[in-house]
Amino acid sequence: MSNKWFITLYLLPALLLVGILIFIPLVLTGYYGLMRWDGIGAMEFIGLTNYINVMQDGMFWQSAGHSGLLAVFSTLSLAIYLAVSMILASKIKGSDLLRKIYLLPMLLSSVAIAQLWIKIYNPSNGMLNEILAWFGVQNPPLWLADPNIVLYSIFIPILWQYAGFYILIYYAALKNIPESIIEAAKIDGASPFQIAYRIKLPLIMGVVKVTIVLAIVGSLKYFDLIYVMTGGGPNGASEVMASYMYKLAFGTNNFGYGSAVGFMLLIITLIVTVIIRKVTADKEELQY
Amino acid sequence: MGRIGYFLLYLSLGFVAVFQIFPIVWLFLFSLKDNREIFAGSPFALPSEIRWENYLRVWEGGIGTYFWNSIWITGVSILFTLLFASMAVFVITRMKWKLSKLVLGLFMVGLMIPIHSALIPLFSMFLSVNLINNPLAIVITYTAYNLPITMMILLGFYYTIPREIEEAAIIDGASLHRLFFRILLPISAPVLSTTAIINMIYNWNEFVFVNTFISSDRYKTLTVGINNFVGQYMTDWGAIGATLVISVLPIIIAFIFFSNKVVEGISSSAVKG
Repeated sequence: MSNKWFITLYLLPALLLVGILIFIPLVLTGYYGLMRWDGIGAMEFIGLTNYINVMQDGMFWQSAGHSGLLAVFSTLSLAIYLAVSMILASKIKGSDLLRKIYLLPMLLSSVAIAQLWIKIYNPSNGMLNEILAWFGVQNPPLWLADPNIVLYSIFIPILWQYAGFYILIYYAALKNIPESIIEAAKIDGASPFQIAYRIKLPLIMGVVKVTIVLAIVGSLKYFDLIYVMTGGGPNGASEVMASYMYKLAFGTNNFGYGSAVGFMLLIITLIVTVIIRKVTADKEELQY
Repeated sequence: MGRIGYFLLYLSLGFVAVFQIFPIVWLFLFSLKDNREIFAGSPFALPSEIRWENYLRVWEGGIGTYFWNSIWITGVSILFTLLFASMAVFVITRMKWKLSKLVLGLFMVGLMIPIHSALIPLFSMFLSVNLINNPLAIVITYTAYNLPITMMILLGFYYTIPREIEEAAIIDGASLHRLFFRILLPISAPVLSTTAIINMIYNWNEFVFVNTFISSDRYKTLTVGINNFVGQYMTDWGAIGATLVISVLPIIIAFIFFSNKVVEGISSSAVKG
């Protein structure tokens, strides 16, 4: 067998699967967006009508806004994760065990997490209100039923789920900093805060940028947790782009319009990825 | 730093640990109680009588089927993903050909795309070839969507394999198939096990594909199954708790035994920035 055939043979399974099940559907989404279609019957070509409607769809932009807000929360929470990692990496006994405890929620399915947190937020027997009662809180809010706070209530389990993941990444980066640099700074009389802010942070900036990309792009794709916890409600107050698309297609059989929303989700994700890569691109990589 | 300083540091780390682990402990506690105790007693009290019957009840009520579906679908998908990813990475990294960089780039683009954008066309494709409500649709979808990340983790390893190993094998007259199956696949076992763990977590926890492509209870996996189940047991907290614990237990057991592999896998899957 010639090398050419060998290469084709070994590449083909992976290439076919990724091509047929990932790339072709992405193109088709854009194409279906040009159709009026209930998912079963015949398609009717209607040009850019769906896309024009998406642009003027208040519900879509509201969902996109919620996705954006979650992206902002996720990015801000990176600061907390970073602070915890700094402490964890500073000669703490048991840091190995602690890191693993922190990671535990990350291993659970979003569905299990959503179901668990529905119980935690339960108005009559939930863990949260019981704890608040100890502190004398008489009328806790309806965590998942109040449109003004539902998005915050949903963000807490997201924070809980991903904490261990980001702490793990930061910890590994911090442990990579040579001890000699830290020792030299100590001899020069730098305080622990100065060392953290002026020396450690700049040295792991590359990793921090990667996590910013992960946090933002990840937020734009949130679905499972929100779909199970609130279904986008109450009254659309926690709807995000993916859940809106899902509802249109598989809830109301609006496959053409749903595809247009799905294609917008793709385009927005790609544009945001490119922009934050550009913004966070390394002008000069720090060396040590 | 003084003693008080260290005390405060440990205190804050301990607080985060409690925040991370306590909801899971609480879940386990109420999975062993009955409704009377859950609604009347303190939510943090140990169960007065441990009620394993909650587990028996939900297992026999249908969770058992979902559980086995999750096991075999997760397992079969992992095998296909690891085999196909290894084959592709082998020819991309160890052989010289013109389009290798382009093909690699194509696979890596697959890391960035939001799966929900592909959902409607996938659904209509499976519908047209009669694969809706067929577990095969789930297996091939899991395999495809895990290929890019699996290949990315394998790449680093394959690049570090010394040329001498292959040259020696070729001189000894081994065919390329033999080289791959008898030499490269075995020596990549450590990194393969890391990717297997990552695949296991993804597949076991996946929700939207099964929720969209599978409608019959016979083929549902745990994530979708428990979601329906919980609706059905609405007010029976003990049953809901037991259901959730059963669904997360295999992953937690795997974590206890292979925690270093899990940590390694999760860190290497993150660097896809």
